[in-house]
Amino acid sequence: MSGFSDPYNLMVCGVGGQGNILISRMIGRILVDKGFRVTIGETFGAAQRGGSVFSSMRISRKRYYGPLVPKGKASLVLSLEPLETLRLLAEYGNQDVLTITNTHPIQPVGVLARRLDYPEQDRLNAAIMELSRRAWFVDVTEMALSLGAPIVANIILLGCLLGAGVLPIEPGDVEKEMRETFPPNKLELNIKALKAGIEAV
Amino acid sequence: MSGIVGYNQEQKVSKFLLGNEAIVRGALEAGVDYAAGYPGTPSSEIIERLAAEASERRVYVEWSTNEKVASEGCGAAATAGLASLAAMKNAGLSVALDFLTHFSLTGLGEQGGSMVVVVCDDPDAHSSGDETDSRWLARFAYAPLLEPTSVQEARDLTRYAFQLSRENKRCVMLRSYTRLSHASSIVDLGPLPALIAKQAHSDSSACLTPYLARGKHAQTLERLESIRGQFEESGFNSYRGPESPELLVVCSGSAYQCALEAVELLDLQERVGVLKIVTLWPFPHQLALKHLAQAGKVLALEEVDPFLENLLKEALNDAGLTDKQVLGKGSGHVPLFGEMTPDRALEALAAVFGLSYQPRAAHYSQAADRCVQELLISRGLTWCPGCPHRASFWALDRAIKAEGTDVYVTGDIGCYTLDVFPEGKCQMNLLHAMGSGLGLASGLGQLGPKNYDQPVISICGDSTFFHSSVPALINAIYNRSNLIHIVLDNDATAMTGFQAHPGVGYNALGQPTTKIDLESLCRSLGAQVEVADPFDLRGTAKTMRKLLQMKQGVRVLILRRPCELVRMKRQKNKPFRMEVDQSKCKGQECAICYSAFRCPALMVEAEGGKASIRDDACPGCGVCASICPFKAIVREEVA
Ligand SMILES: Cc1ncc(C[n+]2csc(CCOP(=O)(O)OP(=O)(O)O)c2C)c(N)n1
Ligand code: SF4
Repeated sequence: MSGFSDPYNLMVCGVGGQGNILISRMIGRILVDKGFRVTIGETFGAAQRGGSVFSSMRISRKRYYGPLVPKGKASLVLSLEPLETLRLLAEYGNQDVLTITNTHPIQPVGVLARRLDYPEQDRLNAAIMELSRRAWFVDVTEMALSLGAPIVANIILLGCLLGAGVLPIEPGDVEKEMRETFPPNKLELNIKALKAGIEAV
Repeated sequence: MSGIVGYNQEQKVSKFLLGNEAIVRGALEAGVDYAAGYPGTPSSEIIERLAAEASERRVYVEWSTNEKVASEGCGAAATAGLASLAAMKNAGLSVALDFLTHFSLTGLGEQGGSMVVVVCDDPDAHSSGDETDSRWLARFAYAPLLEPTSVQEARDLTRYAFQLSRENKRCVMLRSYTRLSHASSIVDLGPLPALIAKQAHSDSSACLTPYLARGKHAQTLERLESIRGQFEESGFNSYRGPESPELLVVCSGSAYQCALEAVELLDLQERVGVLKIVTLWPFPHQLALKHLAQAGKVLALEEVDPFLENLLKEALNDAGLTDKQVLGKGSGHVPLFGEMTPDRALEALAAVFGLSYQPRAAHYSQAADRCVQELLISRGLTWCPGCPHRASFWALDRAIKAEGTDVYVTGDIGCYTLDVFPEGKCQMNLLHAMGSGLGLASGLGQLGPKNYDQPVISICGDSTFFHSSVPALINAIYNRSNLIHIVLDNDATAMTGFQAHPGVGYNALGQPTTKIDLESLCRSLGAQVEVADPFDLRGTAKTMRKLLQMKQGVRVLILRRPCELVRMKRQKNKPFRMEVDQSKCKGQECAICYSAFRCPALMVEAEGGKASIRDDACPGCGVCASICPFKAIVREEVA
C-alpha cells in the first residue's frame, strides 16, 4: 500500500448484530492473501446485545501489530451506523482519516426510553464530514431492504469500500472469498449486494 | 467464522485464525483426547471449535454442567493417561479451583497423561461481572502458568503446555484474555498427529489422593523448582532492544504488543529494551535478573493486578538487589485496573522519559470534543427484539404492581442480567456470581423471624440453574426457606452464544441426549412448580400473583419460550407481520410501547412521537401488540 500509512488501521463499526465481524474477517483474509500482515481485534460478547461494536484491523507490510488501535490513529472508518462513526472518530479520528458511513440511524434504547435525543441527521453528517479528510455516505440499510434482505447491508457497505477505491482490493478478490466461504445458496444475493454497493459510491 | 473445518484436506501451512481457534489448533497438534468446559466469554469458542473437530480428530468433547465438573472430567482423563483440555472464563476458574488445588498435590499419576487448563480473563470486564486476574490462581493452585502475547503464540504455547504437563505430570495453566481470544491473525501450523487408537489406563501405581498432604506439598514444590529451571532457558521468552537500555520494560500478555507500539510511536528504539516473559510462573528470576542488571530503569507493564511486578520485586529482593526500583503499578505509572492498551503504555513511557505525546493535532481534538458534547449520545445494552426475557420482566412488573407488595428480587448471570442496565426494568436488587441468586434468596427467605417480611423472588436462566442453582434449591427446600424461584427457560445458554446445556436435549456435538426435565426435577425435590409462557403476558402475571399470594414455601415458576435468536435459527421465519396503525397511535401522549417496553425494533417517529416498526429489525414475535392499550399495533399472522 504505497502512499498508505503503515500500520494502516481500518476500523469497522456498528451496532451489535449488524455484521461488522463478517466483513472485517473477509477484508482480513483477502489482505493476507495479498501478503499483508493483518491482526483483527473484535469486541463480541455482551456488547452484541444492542451495544456499540467495532472491529479494528491492523494492516502492515512490516510486522504483526496488536489488535488495539492507539487513540487518534484510525486510517479508515467503515461504519454501519452514523452515530457509531462519530463515536469512533471522537476517540480514533485524526485529520487524515477517511470515513464511509451507512446513514441509516438505529435509535439507541435510551432514545426509546425518552432519556436521550438522537442527533439531527444533517448535523451528524456535518460533524462526520468535519472530522474526516473525506467522507462517503450511503443508506445501505435502505438498499438492502429494497433487495428484500436486510441482512446483506454489511455486504453492500463492503461494496462501497471497494467503490471508494481506497484499499488495494478488487471486486474479484471479494467474489473469490465469497465463493470460498459462503454457502452456494447465499452466493448470488451477496454478489448482487456487493455490486450494488460498488455502484453506490 | 473462519473455522478450523477442513484442516486436513488443506496443504496450506498457515491459516487466519481467531486466538481461541489457535489454542484449539495447538491442542489438536498435541493430540488432545478429551476436552470439557462451560461457556463463558471470551473462552466459549474453544470448546465449540473442538466439538466441530471431535469426530474427525477422535476427541471426546463435552459442555459440562459447570467448570468444576469439566475440570474433574479432564483430571480423570489425564489420570487415565490421556491428553485433556479444560476451558473456562476467569469466573469459572474460581468454580473449578477446589478440585484443582487438590489435584495439584497429587499430580497426574504415572500413565503419561497431560492436562491443560485454559482460562480466559476479561480485563475491563467487557462481558463479565468482574475483571479478576487469574494469574494469582495459577500460583495458588501450583499450576505452571503460560501467557501468550500473540495469536501465533497461542497455538505454540498450547502445544508446549501439553508437553510440559506430560513431562512433569502436572496440570498446566494457559492464560488467555479478551484481546487474544478474540483477535485473529495468521498462524503457522504444524502437522496433526496420526490418528492412532489410544488406550486409557486405570492408574493404580500410586494412590492419587492429596491426603497426608505435607509430603506431597513438598514434592510439588520441588517439581515446580525444576520447571522454573526449564523456564529460565525457555525460547518463548525474548528480549528486543539495545544491550544496555536506559529503560527495560518487562511485560507479559497483551502488554507486549502495547509496549512495542509505544516504543515505536515515541521513537525510543535506541533507548528502551522490551523483555517479554511468556513462561510466567514459576518465575524465571535468573533470566529477569540478568536483564535487570543491564538496564537503567525498570518498568513492569501488565494489565489488571501487579502480578509480574511483584515477581520482579521478589526476585530483586531475594537477590539482595534492593536498590533497584521497579516502576509500574506501585509507582503510579500503570493503572491497577482495566486492560492494557497502547495508550496506557504510551502514557507510562512518556512519563518515565518526561516526554509529551500528542496522538493528533490539538485543533482536531477540540473539534472532536465539541462534536461529542453537542451530538454524541450513549448506546445502552438491551435485549434483542423478540426476546422472551423482556416479556418476563414486563409480566413481573405488572404482577408486583398489581399485588401492591414490595418484592425483593435477586438476580443471576445471563441475558436477563441486562435488567440491571439503565434501560432494563431494573427489578433486580441483588446480583452476584452465577447461581448465587437462589442461594441469596434462600438466605433472605429465612429472615422472617427477624422481621424481614418482603417476599423474595430469585431469577435465573436454565443454563445457570443447572450450573449452580440446584444445590441452593435443595438447600432452600431442605431448610424450609420461603421464596419464589423463576427459571427463564429459553432453551440455550444464550448470553455466551447459545450453547447446549443439560436441559436442551442435545450435547456439544449436537447429538440427541437425555433432556433433563426442569419441572420434574424441581417437583421431585418438593417444590411447588408452575409453568407459563412469557409471551402470554396476562397469564404469566396471573401465575406470578398466585405464587406471591401463597407466601410460604419454595415455589418454582418456569417461564418457557426459546431465545429469539435460537428460534430464528431453527425456524427462519417471522410468525407475525407487525405494523403500527398511525391513525390509532397516540404518540407522545402514550409512548408505552417504546418508552416502557423498549423493544429496539420499535422506533420513535420524529413527528408527534408516534411509534413505528423497523422492518430490518423486527422478528415478528407479536408481543408488542398486547402492550398497546389502543390496539394501534396490529399483528398479522404470516402464513
Ligand atoms: C462461573 C461462570 N461461568 C460462566 C460464566 C459466563 N456466563 C455468563 S452469562 C452465561 C449464560 C447463562 O445462561 P442462562 O442462565 O441460560 O441465561 P441466558 O443467557 O440464556 O438468558 C454464562 C455461561 C460466568 N459469568 N460465570
Ligand atoms: S440472545 Fe436470546 S436470550 Fe439473549 S437477549 Fe437475545 S433473544 Fe434474549
